[in-house]
Amino acid sequence: MEMYRYLPALIGGMLIGLSATMFLLFNGRVAGISGIVGRLAQGVNTGLNAAFVAGLMLGPILFHGLAGRWPVVAVTSSWPLMICAGFLVGFGTRMGSGCTSGHGVLGLARFSRRSMAAVVTFLSTGVAAVTILRIAGL
Amino acid sequence: MKHPYAQLAVALVSGSVFGFGLSLSGMLNPQRVQGFLDIFGAWDPSLVFVLGGAVAVAMLGIQIMRISSHPILEPVYHVPTNKKVDSTLILGSAIFGIGWGLGGLCPGPAVALLSMGLVKPTVFVVCMVVGMQVHDRLLRTRRGTATAN
Repeated sequence: MEMYRYLPALIGGMLIGLSATMFLLFNGRVAGISGIVGRLAQGVNTGLNAAFVAGLMLGPILFHGLAGRWPVVAVTSSWPLMICAGFLVGFGTRMGSGCTSGHGVLGLARFSRRSMAAVVTFLSTGVAAVTILRIAGL
Repeated sequence: MKHPYAQLAVALVSGSVFGFGLSLSGMLNPQRVQGFLDIFGAWDPSLVFVLGGAVAVAMLGIQIMRISSHPILEPVYHVPTNKKVDSTLILGSAIFGIGWGLGGLCPGPAVALLSMGLVKPTVFVVCMVVGMQVHDRLLRTRRGTATAN
């Protein structure tokens, strides 16, 4: 198997883990993006959350500077799907207290039962949603 | 908050490393995320490597946290203490997963993509923030910082 094909994915993932580790060990906080964005929208801890979000947006620009190209982005979902998807992601991550970063990265790393349950749940419904899209030809 | 400026700098650097890692990993691309979720179709395993690499490194961070008395720039760790798996957690995560599959974006990549000025991902973020606000303002009172994961 051509493992090197997945090397950028692995290294990118390790950088995400490094980012979460830095934020935890220096600032004592969980780098959960839905929490950070949600609290920024609520005006809680605005400075810190805004700084993290600004950094997150700098990411693709730094990548462009180093790689000489923008990351590939192909959106195949239609407008109505993207609008519904955005709303569901926002509502669901706040209701479920986390997303792929808070539950997926840090939650699994600390063997949190809540996060394990959350990850199994959103992976299952994500697979179901994509499977239904494929069957419906959307 | 102790050392506010240092904490701001750490937040900015952490965010940048996170956003760069996402860019490198290929996970800014909704098509690839949907490819990962498409286990009955042309499955793309990339996300396993992304999540595996991230969790492996974060585990080291968690081990260091457990042997340290407090964070470097803050008096205490703000890590969720709730251990109860309840219906709110499951229902919320289920709703998130549906949106994740339909759009191929979760909050991290969606926000990182704002700097690329793409129309659909930007509208996605606007709708995401609306969804967050609908939840936080209508269904729940303002939450403290320590409870969010």
